[in-house]
Amino acid sequence: MKVEFELNGTRVGTDVEARTTLADCIRDQFKQTGTHLACEHGVCGACTVLINGQAVRSCLILAVQAQGERVVTLEGLSRDKSLTPLQTAFRKHHALQCGFCTPGFITTAHALLTEEPEADEERIRDVLSGNLCRCTGYVPIIQAVLEARSAYAQTDDQE
Amino acid sequence: MRIANSYIGQPIERTEDLRFLRGKGTYVADINRPRQLTAVILRSSVAHGRLRGIDANRALQLRGVHRILTAKDFDTEIPRIALRLQPLSDLEPFHQPMIADQKVRYVGEPVAVVVAETAAIAEDALDYIAVDIEPLPVVVSREQADAALLFEQHGTNCAITWKASRGDAEAAFKMAEYVRRERFKVQRHAAMFMELRGFVADWDGQTLTVWGAAKTAWYNRRLLAASLRLPTEAVELIELDVGGGFGSRGEFYPEDYLIPAAAKVLGRPVKWNEDRREHMIAANHAREVDCEVEIAATRDGRVLGLRGQIWSDIGAYVRTNGSVGPRNVAQYMSGPYAIENIELTSSMLLTNKTPTGTYRGPGRFETDFIRERMLDLMAKDLNIDRLELRRRNLVADSQMPYPLASISPYDGSTELDSGDYHAVFDRCLAEFDWKTKEELSGRLIDGYYHGLAVGSFIEGGAAGPKEQARLVLEPDGSLSVYLGSSSVGQGLETVMAQIAADATEVPYEKIRVLHGSTSHVKEGYGSYHSRSTVMGGSAILLAAEKLKQSIKASAAKRLGCAAEAVVLDGEHARAGNRSMTFAELSDVPIEVEAEFFNSKQTWAYGTHAAHVAVDPGTGHVKVLDYMAVEDVGRTINPATLHGQAIGSIVQGLGGAFLEHLVYDENGQLLTGSFADYLLPTASDFPKIRALTVELKPCPSNPLGAKGGGEGGIIPIGGIMANAVADALKHLNVQPMELPLSPPRVWALVEAAKALLAS
Repeated sequence: MKVEFELNGTRVGTDVEARTTLADCIRDQFKQTGTHLACEHGVCGACTVLINGQAVRSCLILAVQAQGERVVTLEGLSRDKSLTPLQTAFRKHHALQCGFCTPGFITTAHALLTEEPEADEERIRDVLSGNLCRCTGYVPIIQAVLEARSAYAQTDDQE
Repeated sequence: MRIANSYIGQPIERTEDLRFLRGKGTYVADINRPRQLTAVILRSSVAHGRLRGIDANRALQLRGVHRILTAKDFDTEIPRIALRLQPLSDLEPFHQPMIADQKVRYVGEPVAVVVAETAAIAEDALDYIAVDIEPLPVVVSREQADAALLFEQHGTNCAITWKASRGDAEAAFKMAEYVRRERFKVQRHAAMFMELRGFVADWDGQTLTVWGAAKTAWYNRRLLAASLRLPTEAVELIELDVGGGFGSRGEFYPEDYLIPAAAKVLGRPVKWNEDRREHMIAANHAREVDCEVEIAATRDGRVLGLRGQIWSDIGAYVRTNGSVGPRNVAQYMSGPYAIENIELTSSMLLTNKTPTGTYRGPGRFETDFIRERMLDLMAKDLNIDRLELRRRNLVADSQMPYPLASISPYDGSTELDSGDYHAVFDRCLAEFDWKTKEELSGRLIDGYYHGLAVGSFIEGGAAGPKEQARLVLEPDGSLSVYLGSSSVGQGLETVMAQIAADATEVPYEKIRVLHGSTSHVKEGYGSYHSRSTVMGGSAILLAAEKLKQSIKASAAKRLGCAAEAVVLDGEHARAGNRSMTFAELSDVPIEVEAEFFNSKQTWAYGTHAAHVAVDPGTGHVKVLDYMAVEDVGRTINPATLHGQAIGSIVQGLGGAFLEHLVYDENGQLLTGSFADYLLPTASDFPKIRALTVELKPCPSNPLGAKGGGEGGIIPIGGIMANAVADALKHLNVQPMELPLSPPRVWALVEAAKALLAS
């Protein structure tokens, strides 16, 4: 089946089997390997991408369901030469070790702070409880997201 | 002159983060080769049976399926996975075949490899393969260990029994004023790292290249080469970014052979990535222990001895490091306490479940649960304050080095190297504010009973025998550091660059650390047993000295002076008023290698304290505060070490409360997804604190560092169970089994209430 959508600001199109997930499509067809798969049943959140600004598990959605949508992955939230405020805070607070779950945390936190730049710790923990990390124990991730809030309060154009 | 580098001890932000945070890491699933095919593995759905035949004809007719390989396609005799650690000949009968050839012994054991154009086609093909297995009775627990023999010729399902002994336990128990015997159990759970395992293998007719190595690439290379009847040099293992290890990843599994062998058979690159359910039945499980243990003491609470029998359920085969947990449970049960008389046996029981191996703090998590529970039970029986009881028994600084029980039939004896256990114990209580919190013990506040607990532990690290480092001065004056240590996500590149910068004075940003791939050094050992900082770091120190000598010698020739007259500053070699840059000097290749040998473990140690609140109506336990203090001798990077501590604690809380690999009586895993096997999440344990101190540098390595990657996890089971007992002391609830899941705690509360009422 043919599918076309916007991926990180670029219009893309490809032929996929109907059963191909969006995650596999992004990784295999478009080589955006910043989106990671760690459970493929929607629990771990590593594959989280943004569709029209909403955090979505790309392992639970078919590529064809993204037809005409605006898809943003971690690569789309990144700059070549510098780190974004959220990435800077993750680095400063040592909020990642092996880095495998990190793409899902960044995309999920970005979606949250874009909508709710004043989210409190409890709210952040609640939202991020849908993402699994085995290395950090979450404490530094929460600290990093709390710190990054100020950047989202100031501007509306993080993407 | 430049100011001397001082990176060691600084919380340097990690080099790795710059790629991980932008989606630019390269994990094995991100690797693809031209003409690549994809493999999936058909695994036994039967826990125990005789393999009578496999009919793959229908599956082979699917478009896109290239080959379906079964045992006979790989070799005339299927090689077995040799043990990396404790390679006892008595354990050889229990080595796992690379693929099932005669029997299947657990659900998940590989029986065929499907190679196809894509993973989806290969997975489709699985449904068309008919496997004929004659079922045999299934053994899933010690209670029905006689239901069948996994290895008929061995005559018993007990693979081997370890024995830890010290002093004269029999005499100690005879004269003791106090003796208590209890049974404890720890549940099967696992490392469950986030990035699933995978390989890409490419055979060009002469060299086999395998991407996806981790932890112990050099050992795995030798085993793979021997299994494929290739010279070792014909096999190269490449380590990429690695998404967590915790003891389990990187050990030699059947797939470490099957995927490269498939690539060799097909003559095309083959890629394999497991899925999560597959991981849960294929990768090492850990921790399942049952024991009956006795403690002996004087009336005033001085522990005289430990004795008893431990049974470890090791699953269907003895895997590469399968003895480590069962050995450690016995040898380290005394922990940081001076216990002079020990007689413990630890039997490895074969069952029709996934084989086991190490998981962070192997055997230590289990044995600390047993010991710390015993100490609190004893404190209660003898009516001695539990803090005082521990102070009376902790090994004193003046007793160092302090020998632990010796273990047989392998490894022998070891001794605690250094430490001020009492100082760290008191520091933890002060940081935790035990004095203020103590009054909450047993109190009911807003429907929750509050409880406290404290416990101390030891953490062995830095396993020998050696590690290698190779330093190369590059043409631009930068320094490449090649290491036998490997990265499992712990920040190795950053930590090793800090050590190299201080040792060579080369600017930190001009140092590049390359690790874990077999082309980097001649013989590496890797990362396990909290060894990479100490072993790899010490190898860098030795290599740095050689490098400086080598640069001086080279500069002396070119500047026309004696080597002793040359002064280095990390970028220049100077003699009098003449100088050359390192970049200029590198015209003549400068490369050195060094090996660090170590026969002694390092012994970090610490104390944890916790405050919990228990809901007696649901059995739910809230962890309100958790404080950990550990002495690692010398810290290289406080940020990464702190990260190890916090992360390790939360893993341990998962083991104490949530994580459980449950089997039914047919040997089927009932918890094969993240919806059933619960990992801690961001909302479970919000308040975790950890502090690292540097009281007693390690005497056995030049850095003075002690391995510290596992400590956080070790005492948690015991501390949580003791805190729950403290909260529910009005009911005399005494947990003897993990996990402390809500149903279990609720049942304990109900049973205690019923007992009080009767």
